[in-house]
Amino acid sequence: MGLFDRFKTIREVHGAVTACGADPFGVKMEKIVSSTEAMVEGRKTILCGSNNYLGLTFDADCIAAAQDALKEFGTGTTGSRIANGSYSCHKALEADLADFYGKKHCMVFTTGYQANLGAISTLVGPGDFLIIDADSHASIYDAARLGHATVIRFRHNDPADLDKRLARLANEPGNKLVVVEGIYSMLGDHAPLKEFVEVKKKHGAYLLVDEAHSMGVMGKTGRGLLEQEGVDADVDFITGTFSKSMGAIGGFLISDHPEFEILRVSCRPYMFTASMPPSIVASVRASLAHLRKHPELMTKLWRNVDTLYHGLEAAGFRLGRQKGPVVAIHINDPALAARAWHGLLQNGVYVNLALPPATPSGTALLRCSVCAAHSTEQLRRVIDVVTKVGLELGLIADQSARIAAAE
Amino acid sequence: MTRDTVFTEIARLLERFRAGDKAISFDTVIAEDLTMDSLQVMDLMMELEDRFDVSIPLNLVPEIATVGQLADTIYASKVGA
Repeated sequence: MGLFDRFKTIREVHGAVTACGADPFGVKMEKIVSSTEAMVEGRKTILCGSNNYLGLTFDADCIAAAQDALKEFGTGTTGSRIANGSYSCHKALEADLADFYGKKHCMVFTTGYQANLGAISTLVGPGDFLIIDADSHASIYDAARLGHATVIRFRHNDPADLDKRLARLANEPGNKLVVVEGIYSMLGDHAPLKEFVEVKKKHGAYLLVDEAHSMGVMGKTGRGLLEQEGVDADVDFITGTFSKSMGAIGGFLISDHPEFEILRVSCRPYMFTASMPPSIVASVRASLAHLRKHPELMTKLWRNVDTLYHGLEAAGFRLGRQKGPVVAIHINDPALAARAWHGLLQNGVYVNLALPPATPSGTALLRCSVCAAHSTEQLRRVIDVVTKVGLELGLIADQSARIAAAE
Repeated sequence: MTRDTVFTEIARLLERFRAGDKAISFDTVIAEDLTMDSLQVMDLMMELEDRFDVSIPLNLVPEIATVGQLADTIYASKVGA
């Protein structure tokens, strides 16, 4: 058997998808024009799938801060925090974030993926239990495989199901860590956090919330779902990323736990990889400062969410149940979804194509994400193009025909 | 509850994933002889946890190849509990 033979199924599925005329997982962005536009295949294309929720990637202050740090500290740290030391900017970013969340401790990771990988694989060990939502992000599943805890899944966003599964572990002496996400990245739905907090308290478990898609998006000041639901004090650990609303890359773990600092010399995905480059740290600090100074950016974002969500809903598309900056269009047939995705690209609109098993319940999705910097005209254009392609492929019925049928 | 009654109940739940006419036996290989992908296998485990009121850790799933091994795993945690 050849080295790559076991990828036979993936190769077949990928081949079927690229039969739409392009590779949805290999798009070449020839030039980034702004936080909402790029050149693709020589065409100016509206970016509606970039997770750039606040549109800060071209913010003048963030760019200037990164340029200054680049000159002052150089291009990279060339090593990990334990080997090459913490730069003053790493410590400053950790202090900024701890202050933003009103918690005592913070450690930053080189990516958001590593923040989940490191936190979740290290917080629970042999004899402990890791209890994860069935629709968890790949970083959470990979953390489950890297760590040594016993792993139990519960039904997606279902506190009663979690309660039942924790009850089965009632006589087990190990620690229990429950992991949920603020906003789920595929369907854009969010965890019923108040109910999860009640369940975790009842069973004496710890709760970790991944706010990757909800930081800078939800809550009065942008702390995420935990702020919106008013459960800041009841969440034991928070993870998140700088690669979405913060417009850069990196991740973080935050907690009030008094023994937190030991993680710096025990968490392998923190210890054995090079630390965040100073220029990135500087741009993230500027993004966070910008969010704290201008929380009204989130008002703009949610106004844009209304425009896109209601526009696509009115056109007749089946969308994710909860409205938010991730707007997912359900298309049952993956091949048809790929054709729709390519049709959008040919008409200058970029969204994400999401396919099983990355999506829940075997559905294919055209996953759109909204940016505070999108203009109303851009979003109307997106709605028009998606509607046109949807009609051409028979994904939605003609509105005039529907009205006629209703009469 | 015996190992056989556990097996009978699992076989009943797996009926919808049966390929062709071949009956489900202790030796049926879950990943090969049934029409299930890896996600469906994980979801089946949740269903079995509820049916038998046991915990089947995700860590054990890669070690369960056949329906017989699955029945043994559930029976062992049932007896142990």
